[in-house]
Amino acid sequence: MVTSSTETTAKRSSIDFKTIGPALALLILCIIGFLLNPSFVSEGNLTNLLTRSAFIGIIAVGATFVITAGGIDLSVGSMAAAISGVMIIIMNNAVDTMGTGVATVLLGCGCAVVLGIGAGWINGALTTKGKIEAFIVTLGTMGIYRSLVTYFADGGTLSLNFDIRGTYRPVYYDSFLGLPYPVWVFIGVAICGWLLLNRTAFGRYCTAIGSNEAVARYSAINVDRVKTLTYVIQGLCVSFATIIYVPRLGSASASTGVLWELEAIAAVIIGGTVLKGGYGRIGGTILGALILTTIGNILNFTDLISNYLNGTMQGLIIIVAVLLQRSDWKLGKSK
Amino acid sequence: MQMETTAQAAIIEAVNISKSFGPVPVLFSVSMDVRSGEVHALIGENGAGKSTLMKILSGFHDPTSGQIRLDGKKTDLPPNGAAESLGIVLIHQELNLAEQMTVEENVFLGREVKSKGLLDKAAMRAAVQGYLDEIGLDISPTDRISDLTIAQKQMVEIVKAVSRNARILIMDEPTAVLTEEETEVFFRQVTKLKESGVGIVFVSHKLNEVKAISDRITILRDGQWIDTRHAQDLTPDLMAQMMVGRELSDLYPPMQEADFDADLVLEVDNLVATGVNGVSFGLRKGEILGFSGLIGSGRTAVFEAICGLAPTDGGTVKLFGRDAGTMTVAGARDAGLAYLTKDRKEKGLLLDKKMQPNLTLFALPKFVKNFAIDRKREEAALERAIRRFDVRAKDNDITVGKLSGGNQQKLLLAKIMECDPKIVVIDEPTRGIDVGTKQQIYHFIAALAAEGVSVVVISSEMPEIIGICHRVVVMREGSITGVLTGDHINENEIMRYAAGLKREELH
Ligand SMILES: Nc1ncnc2c1ncn2[C@@H]1O[C@H](COP(=O)(O)OP(=O)(O)OP(=O)(O)O)[C@@H](O)[C@H]1O
Ligand SMILES: [Mg+2]
Repeated sequence: MVTSSTETTAKRSSIDFKTIGPALALLILCIIGFLLNPSFVSEGNLTNLLTRSAFIGIIAVGATFVITAGGIDLSVGSMAAAISGVMIIIMNNAVDTMGTGVATVLLGCGCAVVLGIGAGWINGALTTKGKIEAFIVTLGTMGIYRSLVTYFADGGTLSLNFDIRGTYRPVYYDSFLGLPYPVWVFIGVAICGWLLLNRTAFGRYCTAIGSNEAVARYSAINVDRVKTLTYVIQGLCVSFATIIYVPRLGSASASTGVLWELEAIAAVIIGGTVLKGGYGRIGGTILGALILTTIGNILNFTDLISNYLNGTMQGLIIIVAVLLQRSDWKLGKSK
Repeated sequence: MQMETTAQAAIIEAVNISKSFGPVPVLFSVSMDVRSGEVHALIGENGAGKSTLMKILSGFHDPTSGQIRLDGKKTDLPPNGAAESLGIVLIHQELNLAEQMTVEENVFLGREVKSKGLLDKAAMRAAVQGYLDEIGLDISPTDRISDLTIAQKQMVEIVKAVSRNARILIMDEPTAVLTEEETEVFFRQVTKLKESGVGIVFVSHKLNEVKAISDRITILRDGQWIDTRHAQDLTPDLMAQMMVGRELSDLYPPMQEADFDADLVLEVDNLVATGVNGVSFGLRKGEILGFSGLIGSGRTAVFEAICGLAPTDGGTVKLFGRDAGTMTVAGARDAGLAYLTKDRKEKGLLLDKKMQPNLTLFALPKFVKNFAIDRKREEAALERAIRRFDVRAKDNDITVGKLSGGNQQKLLLAKIMECDPKIVVIDEPTRGIDVGTKQQIYHFIAALAAEGVSVVVISSEMPEIIGICHRVVVMREGSITGVLTGDHINENEIMRYAAGLKREELH
């Protein structure tokens, strides 16, 4: 029989595990990476790793808000594709009037931000005002956004004007203080997200709504507005990710951002945020994004396990992470 | 020891049970036994450890030391309600029904009747209908739990327990949410069960009903066993004294004369909403206004509509002399009007969060400085609230769901008062609260009124309405049937208006 004292110690330690677990997992992955191939820790590989995790990481910060408030957004990958597409079309069309300089790029970025906020707002308004389940709404918009980009690209690929690409290119490829710009954006979004979730009334409201919506309503919280805002934040994060993604390839097609929604949700869950809401961790989300990218990176580096098994490894990590996070599974007794 | 002499007759026995949650001890060597065909009441202050002991007796918690004897043999009870197979059924203080399922599905949950491998719905429905008829509960077996009132859910729990052929039925504050009439119906069931040889344990803070229904009474104080006595040897006053450990002065504070010329702070005219048909009344500064009536008479609906928690279909509301229009909850709060829900588990507190975020949630904008939440002020607020409302948690870091029921209620009151309302509506202020704390809350309400705050008390407990209110509004089926003042505030009058036997012609 389990006595109560082990019951609580088990609980304590598993709570601790929730916070340090993802960090520990990342550390172990890095050690494995190093042992398999010492050049894993080379500066070049590490910055590459950080840059690649920036896309998923930035989107996952937004997803943390949505999930913490008890929602879900499946449309982010398609949204990213649609925004890239429209952004490219707008910039290409602006060449005649505005040239191929910074102004055009800024116009594209501005439009991306507006589109992201708008797309997020549509998701939010449909779930709150329309009273449709978030899963259904975003499943719908996921299809819509994806088909829009296919339509714009006429089934093919939308390519950015070559000269603009030259102007825009440094946003992905150049560095500042040794870190590529995408990493700086990632850091900025992460810090803002952390402050917003942990230090402001808005963050507290998200947690309260995810924990119990009725209690939130009785506590004078404007539930609909807060929930809508979480989707808007998600949209904004998608637009930031898109802005740093477009200069990488300079094109958009129906296959842009495929499965990003699942990777983002996976990063959030690995990080310790509870899928049913009420408990969110930005720090964990960032570690989650790094863990997912690191796995892919390690598999690229070694031929121990086939690269094609990347998805298998990621899937395993998600399942193991959630198993470890369940604080109640060894204390079946206390309710 | 006294327990040994009764060992033969006892079905279940707790012997020298101690329990700690981590380093925090909550029960100290407590013994108690339950015999066949008796009602054994367990009383004690909020946080005394009653619910914990009940959970140990039914296998939901393990004791840290001590043993459970079933029919005289030491037994390790199986966890998570599996003790039901041994005939031990617990009805939790926090009801435990699957909200999205129907009444019949809940009653037969886990032991569905099958015929040829398929669910025999007809048989189950007929059985449940039989039980419902027997206790006179006017719901259908196919009703969804989430559509029922709290009182009806409570009755479903009882039906569920009855249907399990319990030998020992343990009920944690079953009557806290019932009206007096429902309590009577409920006690008839209890007596019937008792006569059939079931041993019944029940926890209640309503000492009069404890006196009326029990055979023996065990008193706990601060996790210690104080005494077990025959009910005929105790009076409610004596019980209260033994629970609290000191003599209690008057339960109700001296009534301050109400100033009937004070300004009207709230004027409601012909309010119409779901469950409310044209309600008009006024509330004055510094007044304590009672709302009485049967459960479902629309008292809660009136105030949920006023405070922006439910849509209104007509009528006007004036706050401090000005038309308030349709308010949001936040708008009402900012205007100085706060509503404290009676449903603290579902609508009052975030059970999986700690005390701190719960306390400040309602008044959070007050704690924001430079866009960020001022944590120092939050901490100070918690310290202040714990002192002011005497919230007793042995460990301030536990989640609110682990606080004892009464302490949750005190925290909820603290949460609402955090925004310094000028008008506060308290729905069932003392649900699940011990006598000592009741006294504190009544004095607190009186003190608020003396400071000029207007208080609306919605309560199904007649004595407290009579004990603290200046004026009493009685409702029936969504309408006000009478307004009582002074000497007219008595049980008889209130009942007659509530039951529809008398009706005041209102202008
Ligand atoms: N799971 C738990 N973890 C930690 N502490 C707990 C837990 N459950 C109960 N407690 C603490 O044990 C003490 C006794 O609680 P219990 O619920 O048994 O009181 P009670 O007598 O039922 O009070 P009430 O009349 O208010 O319902 C309280 O201080 C409570 O905070
Ligand atoms: Mg209790």
